[in-house]
Amino acid sequence: MNYYIDTPQFRHHLQHPLMKRIVELKERNYTDKDNYEYAPIDFEDTMDSYDKVLEVVGEICAEIIEPNAEAVDQSGPTIHDGRVTYAEPTRRNLEALNKAELMGMGLHRKYGGLNFSMVPYMMSADMVSRADASFQNIWMLQDCGETIYEFAEEQQKNKYLPRIVKGETMSMDLTEPDAGSDLQAVMLKASYNETEGQWYLNGVKRFITNGDADIHLVLARSEEGTKDARGLSMFVYDKKQGGVTVRRIENKMGIKGAPTCELVFKNAKAELIGTRRMGLIRYVMSLMNGARLGIMAQSVGLSDAAYREAYNYAIERRQFGKPIIEFPAVYEMIANIRAKTDASRTMLYETARFVDMYKTLEDISKERKLTPEERTEMKHYSRLADAFTPLGKGMTSEYANQNAYDAIQVHGGSGYMKDYKCERLYRDARITNIYEGTTQLQVVAAIRHVTTGTYLQQIREYEKEVVVPELEPLKRALSKMAQMYEKLVELVTTPKDEDYLDFHARRLVECAGHIIMGHLLLQDANRNPELFRRSAEVYIHYGQVEVIKNYNSVTKSRIEDMGYYKLMPEK
Amino acid sequence: MAFNIIVLAKQVPDTRNIGKDAMKADGTVNRGALPAIFNPEDLNALEQALGIKDRYPGSTITMLTMGPGRAADILREGLFRGADDGVLLTDRAFAGADTLATSYALSTAVRKIGKYDLIICGRQAIDGDTAQVGPQVAEKLNIPQVTYAEEIEEINNGKARVKRRLENGVETVESPLPLLVTVNGSARTCRPRNAKLLLKFKHAKTVTERQAENIDYIDIYSTRPYLNLTEWGVADVDADIELCGLSGSPTKVKKIENVVFQTKESKHLSGSDDEIEQLMIELIANHTIG
Repeated sequence: MNYYIDTPQFRHHLQHPLMKRIVELKERNYTDKDNYEYAPIDFEDTMDSYDKVLEVVGEICAEIIEPNAEAVDQSGPTIHDGRVTYAEPTRRNLEALNKAELMGMGLHRKYGGLNFSMVPYMMSADMVSRADASFQNIWMLQDCGETIYEFAEEQQKNKYLPRIVKGETMSMDLTEPDAGSDLQAVMLKASYNETEGQWYLNGVKRFITNGDADIHLVLARSEEGTKDARGLSMFVYDKKQGGVTVRRIENKMGIKGAPTCELVFKNAKAELIGTRRMGLIRYVMSLMNGARLGIMAQSVGLSDAAYREAYNYAIERRQFGKPIIEFPAVYEMIANIRAKTDASRTMLYETARFVDMYKTLEDISKERKLTPEERTEMKHYSRLADAFTPLGKGMTSEYANQNAYDAIQVHGGSGYMKDYKCERLYRDARITNIYEGTTQLQVVAAIRHVTTGTYLQQIREYEKEVVVPELEPLKRALSKMAQMYEKLVELVTTPKDEDYLDFHARRLVECAGHIIMGHLLLQDANRNPELFRRSAEVYIHYGQVEVIKNYNSVTKSRIEDMGYYKLMPEK
Repeated sequence: MAFNIIVLAKQVPDTRNIGKDAMKADGTVNRGALPAIFNPEDLNALEQALGIKDRYPGSTITMLTMGPGRAADILREGLFRGADDGVLLTDRAFAGADTLATSYALSTAVRKIGKYDLIICGRQAIDGDTAQVGPQVAEKLNIPQVTYAEEIEEINNGKARVKRRLENGVETVESPLPLLVTVNGSARTCRPRNAKLLLKFKHAKTVTERQAENIDYIDIYSTRPYLNLTEWGVADVDADIELCGLSGSPTKVKKIENVVFQTKESKHLSGSDDEIEQLMIELIANHTIG
């Protein structure tokens, strides 16, 4: 079995036209080939390298990680004397990926990385998640290395990045008991000892995924007396230094293989990353955007797994003398799971391309001055990445939940039993629309792109794409949806009432999501009808109904009706 | 301590997932319809070699395979996992070899490679299932052999300690080097391909492959010598042509029979006492029961 080979969607997305430009920028005219035996020679060679490495990842996922997943879910990590031990099969998964040198995929070759684009990197995350979502957490945290690369001193990069490539694990220590969604409230104290020239951390962090990692990024209050975001800085803590113990690991509903820790920092030596006071304002935002993309990939992998579980069960299970997939009530559910999975995946890779474009240009800007055209290009993609990341994370994680829910429904009573994988998928999916910002917070980040028109502009771009005549009706449906969306935005923003906008924000964001994902599937179907036509039809139909529903939800109520929803104690 | 290891590996048709076109009408394997894969137990053998290389840095692994041109895939698969180089033994004169001619050809190539401490190969290949080639190579080279190995545990003072998997248990034996070991399928599974080695060696080609038309990146073969895979024919290994291929193969296939498992026709009984009694009599008569 190989997850890359059995999912032709990967090669389709890998061959997107924008990849040419991305690879060209990433590989800087292929100069690395003179210094690294594993560097590519030209564009075709790079694509071939992506393809071949993804095949290795697909094999490891199918042959090692997935077969371990059930045992990982059952045993989970353990804690002893303040230290965490992974479940034995989790350790074996890590060992397999390490031996295959698949850590640090996105990092530059000078640190030992593969210098891969976000697209194949996220495809790997997608496959790892399909195999074991809890393991995807541990593996994906290597992405914290990206923050070290972007903001740390060269000496710090040389110290930490090669270690990540060699398989040392990472964590991002942000949340505290009183600072969850509201990270400005972080209190963990960072104090500087002038004589030693050394930072020390003291305090408690909570809900830290993979909290006993080798290398931690820690958000801490470096400016005494401050209470807001401007007093927070980012630090790197090296486990070799000591000073951090794990007080407990949480007993969670799902993603049981990933230890979620409460950490106690007692005079833990740490190094400042970048500039003081920029911790939350700049670095966490960047860290979070990367993490959100990772959760999108996790959601897509879970949706894919849910689809396969549902489909395979429905073709085997017979009732009333035939396989249950032949009943409309069942095949509709399965078609919807498939359509939402394909829609989520196309959204993931579109977002990954935007991130690739702007991040690579930003990286190049540290080496040389960008041309005016490149600067425009960078800004354009940076804005799109900023708009698509919360939208995509919100939509795909909600779909992962819906798909896992429906996969159980297809199984009937059996799906409620621990014997079937769909039960684990359901528990694992439940966190995706909560962590790295709940869907409600993704809406907060996305709504400004509704009001400023980023989404609509991009929808207009998609409308310029020419499609084959058979797909014209779908394109017309999408433009009707866009008209309703435009009207809806006008209706909700005209009263200039913040509460009213917030009240309907999710509906507006979802409409944008349906139209955008519909367009992406339409383009996929145009390039590859065999693979995507069904999902394009099913998804656009689904999206159209949702847009109409949201439209009615706004037009069939009055502003003052909001009052009926305010169930709260009198002040 | 470092050791020179030769891994013998074979490209075989994947007989584990057989479709309806797997056999030809004459009862022989339809190689075209089955994907060509790395013989599974040879992968176990390679993993044993890689394990030794991990534990004794500086050790080298040479892949040796005999087969048609496309068997060069086996060498690349070895390189992707950590082997150092590879030799493809290929020649029309080697074609149609039975186990005797195969082991003769392989032993000449091993002599040509020269220095070795260990030869490791799979117990048997899934196409022939003879388990004869490994032992015969050892005989021809006049070196000791350990078969059915599950793990090469340690190498010390010119001796290897090997755990063998036998029918009713395990046996640990010790043998002086140079030694040939055949590895059982119960041994550790081979590690996946390594991403960096895969990218480093993906263009590795034999001289025949390099002569193919429309080959990409022709100039890298001079700047990156490690991409040139060794290819030897009968003359390169000083083999006696009479002992190779068909002429060197005393095994003759007399007849091949296509065995098709068929379920017998079923019989429906209504459950009446008469029918059950009839059935009892029938089963006793044909000795199914009683």
